[in-house]
Amino acid sequence: MKNPLDSLWGTVISGLILTLILYQAVKFYMY
Amino acid sequence: MDFIQLGLGRWLHVLSGVMWIGLLYYFNFVQVPALAEAAKDGTGAGITKHVAPRALFWFRWAAVATWLLGAVILGKHFLDAFLFLKSTYYPIGIGAWLGTIMVFNVWVLIWPNQKKILGLVQATDEEKAKARRVAFLASRTNTMLSIPMLFFMTASGGVFRTAVFG
Repeated sequence: MKNPLDSLWGTVISGLILTLILYQAVKFYMY
Repeated sequence: MDFIQLGLGRWLHVLSGVMWIGLLYYFNFVQVPALAEAAKDGTGAGITKHVAPRALFWFRWAAVATWLLGAVILGKHFLDAFLFLKSTYYPIGIGAWLGTIMVFNVWVLIWPNQKKILGLVQATDEEKAKARRVAFLASRTNTMLSIPMLFFMTASGGVFRTAVFG
């Protein structure tokens, strides 16, 4: 499998996905 | 005291953060693709010699300044954020941890390997090739982490946290 960090779009999309995962996790544990 | 810690502190934190992340984006969105193009016609030497060392200087020290000023802003709540002791500090805790990992990447992975790439320290061609890959991936990792890091930084505190996390 190609490393997503090798492309700029792969890097940005990975960052957005990570943001979504962390956001859901923080919301879950905050309340 | 609040004026210095929270007012001036946050202002300087954002100023140095713009310098740091701005240069990170310059490296990833401009310099790396430009050097790849320049390698084809052999015109990259000027960037490597005159631009990259200066950019790296401000980049790595802005990273330190940003982290330290972030610690100043957290003040007595530093452990609340980093150890997730109070739920109010969960968002900034995530942002602070992401920023900390990014500072680690700058000083432990990017800068030592860039010194080899730029010829500031002795390295064989094989070591330079490896250094190039490690520095590239660390820089890309920081670009990726900057996206959630900035989300949690801007979604922390007062009305912003309420708007985003309820």
